[in-house]
Amino acid sequence: MKEWKDFIKGNWTENIDLRDFIQKNYKPYEGDEEFLAEATERTKNLFEKASKLMAEELEQGVLDVDAERISGIDNFDPGYLSKEDEIIVGFQTDAPLKRIMNPFGGIRMVEQSLKAYGFNHTAVIDEFRKYRKTHNQGVFDVYTPEILSARSAGLLTGLPDAYGRGRIIGDYRRVALYGIDFLIEKKEEEYSSFKFPMNEENIRAREEIKEQIKALEEMKSMASKYGIDISKPSSNALEAVQAIYFGYLAGVKENNGAAMSLGRTSTFIDVYIERDLQRGILTEKEAQEIIDQFVLKLRMVRHLRTPEYNELFAGDPNWVTEALGGMGLDGRTLVSKTSFRFLHTLTNLSSAPEPNMTVLWSENLPEAFKKYCSKLSIETSAIQYENDDIMRPLYGDDYGIACCVSAMRIGKDMQFFGARCNLAKALLMAINGGIDEINKEKVIDKIDKIDSEILDYNEVLENYKKVLEYVAELYVNAMNIIHYMHDKYAYEAGLMALHDYNVRRLMAFGVAGLSIVADSLSAIKYAKVKPLYRDGLTEDFIIEGEFPMFGNDDERVDKIAEEILEFFSNELKKHKTYRKAKHTLSVLTITSNVVYGKKTGATPDGRKSGEPFAPGANPMNGRDKSGILASLNSVAKLKYKDICEDGISNTFTVVPHTLGKLQRHRRDNLSNILDGYFMQGGHHINVNVLDRDTLYEAMENPQKYPNLTIRVSGYAVNFNRLTKEQQLDVIGRTFHNRM
Amino acid sequence: MTEGYIHSIETLGTLDGPGLRMVVFLQGCNLRCIYCHNPDTWTTCGQVIHSLDLVEKAKRYKPYFKHNGGITFSGGEPLMQPEFLLECLILCKQKGIHTVIDTSGVGSGSYDEILKFTDLVILDIKHPKKEKYKKITGNEISHYKLFKEAVIKNEKQLWLKHVVTPGINDTKEDMLYFEEEVRSFPDELVQKVELLPYHTLGIFKYENLNIKYRLEGLPPLSKAKLSELKEYINLAKLIK
Repeated sequence: MKEWKDFIKGNWTENIDLRDFIQKNYKPYEGDEEFLAEATERTKNLFEKASKLMAEELEQGVLDVDAERISGIDNFDPGYLSKEDEIIVGFQTDAPLKRIMNPFGGIRMVEQSLKAYGFNHTAVIDEFRKYRKTHNQGVFDVYTPEILSARSAGLLTGLPDAYGRGRIIGDYRRVALYGIDFLIEKKEEEYSSFKFPMNEENIRAREEIKEQIKALEEMKSMASKYGIDISKPSSNALEAVQAIYFGYLAGVKENNGAAMSLGRTSTFIDVYIERDLQRGILTEKEAQEIIDQFVLKLRMVRHLRTPEYNELFAGDPNWVTEALGGMGLDGRTLVSKTSFRFLHTLTNLSSAPEPNMTVLWSENLPEAFKKYCSKLSIETSAIQYENDDIMRPLYGDDYGIACCVSAMRIGKDMQFFGARCNLAKALLMAINGGIDEINKEKVIDKIDKIDSEILDYNEVLENYKKVLEYVAELYVNAMNIIHYMHDKYAYEAGLMALHDYNVRRLMAFGVAGLSIVADSLSAIKYAKVKPLYRDGLTEDFIIEGEFPMFGNDDERVDKIAEEILEFFSNELKKHKTYRKAKHTLSVLTITSNVVYGKKTGATPDGRKSGEPFAPGANPMNGRDKSGILASLNSVAKLKYKDICEDGISNTFTVVPHTLGKLQRHRRDNLSNILDGYFMQGGHHINVNVLDRDTLYEAMENPQKYPNLTIRVSGYAVNFNRLTKEQQLDVIGRTFHNRM
Repeated sequence: MTEGYIHSIETLGTLDGPGLRMVVFLQGCNLRCIYCHNPDTWTTCGQVIHSLDLVEKAKRYKPYFKHNGGITFSGGEPLMQPEFLLECLILCKQKGIHTVIDTSGVGSGSYDEILKFTDLVILDIKHPKKEKYKKITGNEISHYKLFKEAVIKNEKQLWLKHVVTPGINDTKEDMLYFEEEVRSFPDELVQKVELLPYHTLGIFKYENLNIKYRLEGLPPLSKAKLSELKEYINLAKLIK
């Protein structure tokens, strides 16, 4: 094929095998950032226009909605921001930042959003309601009373039962490398391979693949409306990036998923850029222009969501996560010049929360890349880091990250997203006989109330384990219902078309409040904890004496955290999952740690009713008193392999001075901190380097800091889009600072 | 094996020696420096820790230390608990951990033994002139001189520092004395020279301890003044 000229051939030429293509053709880059180019005039024009629109949007909440059409890959006319400046084209609808109505996950979300932002309810919604059942309706037809009561008590929270589940990463690179026609051909082969007996599995396979083929046809048609043909492989870098973007765009036109991640595209793109540079048909400046404009488009992806949803997640996150760097199985680094170009958009287009820049860190990454990342982290606070050395053995070297911390092999794994269980509330239920301490309803049967004057460690632990056993069973079953219905009523044909048909499915469970539970049990074990009751339920706790707290690298309490996690993980695995999905678990809260706190009564660790949880796996605010490294060491003890394979999120915030006096010291020290943390098995870390005063100043004068980005559990947000409460939580959160 | 008294441990030190460092603040100090911001470390009592446990803790941070980081014994005055300090230093060296002591050179014990297991000394020069030394620290300069001799004899790598306090030692004359003092150490030993501005961030501790603060109302040394003094003695050129 002429588009593949100069590429080294391999298995990828016959079969869909992106990894093989990359391994045979990419060029590792061990150098520094000196080669990078500035933004072009066209990019600057575009950026200015985009920034203006986004500022207007921030004022209004939602700029515009297409209220006449329902979501779909090919349901919208082409849209442009500034046609003469755009080298990468395509928006979700016919205008930038104009949002799509996607009722397949749940129609209420659409109706409430329209109402909240002052848009008219249109006939198409009524029609939809009349003739089409949604995922949300399916789930609630089947939910049992036990699930409903755990859900309304907030024991299980954020379940994707009223909105799109997301977390599925299409292998968008396939569109560029093979073109749609070849992909359809391969899907036809998969389709014909499912024959008799026509049992449920085979029937479903044929139906799903047929849907995928239709979706591929729609992608082609959607692209052609922009005057671009993606039926054939891309023949240069610009075409390749455009094709990847169309693949991604199809995904976000079709789905309003909670997290719509990009995957691992930069080193793939680098192969095309290198070929063009070799051929003399591209300059560095032009290469950067392609990446800048691609990234700018990714920053403009929007979904129609309710204000409550946006409040929970601080703005409009889409988790357009791009995994950068990492090492190959053969020991060569997967860092390429385009890994740098991608990160460089934070300089050319200023700091921003999207795309969610995720560096796959390895001890063996080239030093220059480590230093460049550290330097950018210090300047922008927009990067998160994840441990390639513990993920590569499980996922190989062509995996990406969905959302914040969820690893999956690109095109070969998909995830059934499952939000999380509130472990702190579960602990209170263990003390309160299965009754929710806030709404006073009985949620769990057969749990004895504890009414001793001083809490006994063994008694509480025994009850707690009973509660967790119960919750695990409930949780798996709720998830089975949710994902059965999602497949049935909101199947992501476009995203799944860019996967092998026989994917591995991961069912991703989650927990919140781990550090509260660890500290509570530690307090009960090492100090005296006296519950104060009101109407037979705990209202507060009095603690006498000292106790070790999570976040100080103290084995006595860190072990408790480890054991609880392991126990819950094992309990989940006792229950069968829908479509034989593999059980995984995360410790992640996103920004909802504030909301979880509001909905959870006082806990035995001394946390008052309504106080925020720590984000993710973080120690509780102000309790990590031995400095950052001790805090990191505690979190690094939580086991990833076999226990928490959906990720363990940690966020740390330091003032620049704490990292050292001089810029280069700060950069080197941060790089060493990351090395040290990951060498001990830490999985994920957000790095914020900020002055507390800057944040206070930004709260007062947001217009002065339009691009102030801050990382929260697993993703980045624009500081101005946080609620006041979340802003205060961020500021109050342990700022590691020392005299 | 001995136990020692410590104030606290900071696991992320970036200013107390090269690289990333675990900093141990030991209790006890004989000096009563007029600008001291750690009056809570004056007495030799507090959290008790065994030398073995302390070094076990330090080992947990080895992955962060890389080629240049390590442990720093600060205080208080680390030389006030010489047996404990020595034992910790020996154990650290056995585990391959880089060691720093951050001291004003006024303590007891065998300095030669201690320095044998110390990779770098951060030496706080209170003042080179005995009158001002006494005015600042309330103590005789002779103790400092003893330690200085030991450092030179043992050929220890040095970072020299000097706190500049308005109205006390912020004149050009003071700076010339300091420069002269720096030059009295062998060139090859001096790795770094720092002028540190007087600050007021520790005053609240005096209130908590109910001790009278002697520089009440004195403003911190301004950045401009500090740069002026640094330029005057050409600080950068002091390091060979």
